[in-house]
Amino acid sequence: MNQNDRQPAETQDKNGPATGKVTLRIWRGDENGGEFKDYTLDAQEGEVVLDVVHRVQSEHAGDLSVRWNCKAGKCGSCSAEINGVPKLMCMTRMSDFSSGEPITITPMRTFPIIRDLVTDVSFNYEIAKKVPPFTPGPKEPDGTYRMAQRDIDRIQEFHKCIECFLCQNVCHVIRDHEENKANYAGPRFFVRFAALEMHPLNTNNSLGLLKEEMGIGYCNITKCCTEVCPEQIHITDNAIIPLKERVVTANYDPLAWLVTKIRRKTGRNTSST
Amino acid sequence: MTDTTSTPEHLTSPTLEESAATEQKPAKGPKMSHTDLPFVTHNFDVLVIGAGGAGLRAAIEAKLQGVSIALLSKSLLGKAHTVMAEGGIAASLGNVSDQDNWQVHFRDTMRGGKMLNNWKMAQLHAQEAPDRVLELEEWGALFDRTADGRILQRDFGGHRYARLAHVGDRTGLEMIRTLQQKAVSLGIEVFAETIVVKLLLDSNRAICGAVAYERSVGDFIVFTAKSILLATGGIGRSWQITSNSWESTGGGHALALWAGADMIDMECVQFHPTGMVWPPSVRGLLVTEGVRGDGGILKNSLGKRFMFDYIPPMFASETADSEEEADRWYTDHAKARRTPDLLPRDEVARAINTEVKSGRGSPHGGVFLDIASRRSPEYIKRRLPSMYHQFKELAGVDITKDPMEVGPTCHYMMGGVRVDADTAASSVPGLYAAGEVAGGMHGANRLGGNSLSDLVVFGRRAGLHAAEYAKSYQGDPKPDPGEIAKAIAECTKPLSKDHTAENAENPYKLQDDLRKTMQSLVGIIRTEHELTQALEEIEKLKERLDNIAVQGDKRYNPGWHLALDLRSMLAVCQCVTLGALNRKESRGGHTRDDYPTLDDELGKINFVIRQKGTELEITPEPKPQMPPELQKLFEEQH
Repeated sequence: MNQNDRQPAETQDKNGPATGKVTLRIWRGDENGGEFKDYTLDAQEGEVVLDVVHRVQSEHAGDLSVRWNCKAGKCGSCSAEINGVPKLMCMTRMSDFSSGEPITITPMRTFPIIRDLVTDVSFNYEIAKKVPPFTPGPKEPDGTYRMAQRDIDRIQEFHKCIECFLCQNVCHVIRDHEENKANYAGPRFFVRFAALEMHPLNTNNSLGLLKEEMGIGYCNITKCCTEVCPEQIHITDNAIIPLKERVVTANYDPLAWLVTKIRRKTGRNTSST
Repeated sequence: MTDTTSTPEHLTSPTLEESAATEQKPAKGPKMSHTDLPFVTHNFDVLVIGAGGAGLRAAIEAKLQGVSIALLSKSLLGKAHTVMAEGGIAASLGNVSDQDNWQVHFRDTMRGGKMLNNWKMAQLHAQEAPDRVLELEEWGALFDRTADGRILQRDFGGHRYARLAHVGDRTGLEMIRTLQQKAVSLGIEVFAETIVVKLLLDSNRAICGAVAYERSVGDFIVFTAKSILLATGGIGRSWQITSNSWESTGGGHALALWAGADMIDMECVQFHPTGMVWPPSVRGLLVTEGVRGDGGILKNSLGKRFMFDYIPPMFASETADSEEEADRWYTDHAKARRTPDLLPRDEVARAINTEVKSGRGSPHGGVFLDIASRRSPEYIKRRLPSMYHQFKELAGVDITKDPMEVGPTCHYMMGGVRVDADTAASSVPGLYAAGEVAGGMHGANRLGGNSLSDLVVFGRRAGLHAAEYAKSYQGDPKPDPGEIAKAIAECTKPLSKDHTAENAENPYKLQDDLRKTMQSLVGIIRTEHELTQALEEIEKLKERLDNIAVQGDKRYNPGWHLALDLRSMLAVCQCVTLGALNRKESRGGHTRDDYPTLDDELGKINFVIRQKGTELEITPEPKPQMPPELQKLFEEQH
């Protein structure tokens, strides 16, 4: 679809800064195109954007498509672009906006439209199928695994990911280049790979896969993903950069190259590719 | 709005082609001519409906048994309500208190459930929970650790020892993601945003399939299946103040009821004591019991720790009766008795309700939950990061500095499909149920942390037995095309009506009215005349349901979707109210103002609800008897 369709039009027929009123300018349409529609409602105390969207549904447009589940920032379903900024609708308070100005809500731009604010995020679920499964090493003699808290703090940060896909949405590599989707996993999955790579029990190695098929080299560390992460995961600093370093070490460090070569020859192939 | 014509383009999508390759039956495609609406037919051995913790665990188990399975998810994969579970998963690993074992966990669970639980389920649950937790770790879950590197466990309401394995306060997310990734790695076929509207039965009243629709394309899909496993979660959406998302409409409860399954304990609905109360938009949102497990206390507007006034006789011998002893318990469980702040949820919820009604509530109609004055900011942020974030972002409250305001919120359905404890089989051949949709495990009140363990213990069992049933199934399931056509016609009725007509009902308005009715008449404290009135109101709402008209078409249309969900919500609410009217006592989550005490005779029975024609029939039936060796566990320690 034409991406420009979903850019807010120049401000037109504003409903004015009427006290106690809020106006949502919501993109409505499907893969064939669409338009912005304004909905003006009474303001209510303490609301988030998703509350107002729900009131639009119940009072004005019963068929307004929007994804949501927990309304508590835990499930990552209600991702959208609010005044152009990728956010969760359930964690964006109406009081953050100056009164009278219409609040523009558009669907995530990187994914194909299904309808209104709902996009087809299956790209992410397809990438997920390519991630090698967690493969733990042997257990302790008592049948348990032991891990020190300090060794898992970093990975627990990665496990906070709620799969809202805002980082995927904002990443230039795929936001503006549809053609890259075939060769690029995106920040969410770099976080996933980092969690696997750094998991004290995991035995498989994804560095080859990351370089060859997941396109980690495409990322040029602009940190846009980190900025939009509602879980405040340090995606770039803690996940992507260390992965890039590991990939470089594994592929270009002469000593590491030699070790890999010897392991391959002796049948101890630690690469998953 | 212009209509988007829904064409079955996705017939050629790779997923469907792949599924065709594994199917045993040749027929597939929109060929059935019994209706003019196109639909695709898929054939599977086992159909798992619901992709939360129970559904995912069941699907994994069934897949490992080598049968063909499909996993249907009402939302996208990984978004189910399990994701909101905070505090932890209960299992007597004994990593923190080495005195813990399955017998103590079993005893806690039964007493928490006011002995209404199916004892066999509670026993299997307590015995198998540790293995299921270790299995999650083996599949990649990273629980918080003890100093010696084992899984850390925290204190929770009604659990005698620190028993909840956890990841800060986002345990549900860790669990669903772990199970999701395991399921994906096994190649389980997932139908996301696909909702089942009817279960199909053959001439022997056994399961043979289901009618569903796929939200993103708006098309109907028919599944043939040898067995079906319900893992559809709860019903809380029918109350105004709830911790539950839009998904919790009792869809699976209703499907089972309509298919003729026995439903038990439908009156047993849990109101969690601590939901947020302000601002209005987050009213009901869960505040984990972990806050109290980690040192938080409840106070009224006078600053009094009121829970000391509400210790019931059943728990008196093991509950601290002074603040000094209660505070000592946090650091030394052996030399002090536990704080009453951690009594089972039903007790705490009723106490808060009484405090607020007596005029000792907080400014926004709750009570205070204070951890700020008792633990360091660093500790609070490390142990309760989501709570910190949630209050900061949504209420502008810094919980490391100020107390939270909390009040009861509709949280969990103890009642549901009556199942066999070992196999999770319902009374309908081929129909299985696990997790919140199944009844019996938690009796009249569920302990915190016992839900996540329930999901994996009985998810696994249900998946195993549904697969075995499918393997021994003779012939091929053959749904009646007439039934399919009827189901589809019924579903599309709200779309064919004029939503601007004068008598047209708006589904959102109808839902609001139902939620108001349930909140005010079938809430935390119940009484006969209100329950009778509620049944009348529900009847009226059912009549209005016939006039629902929605705008738009079938594709991702929330109004239409809600119209369909309302059928389940009304059916389930009717069951809850009928059960509540019949149980003339107060037990666990079911509290009757006009029958305020436990009745020993009623403690021996389950109320069983069945649909006969268009009517509901309720029958008191004796509860399974606990064997003497388990009975002894309750005598010894009193």
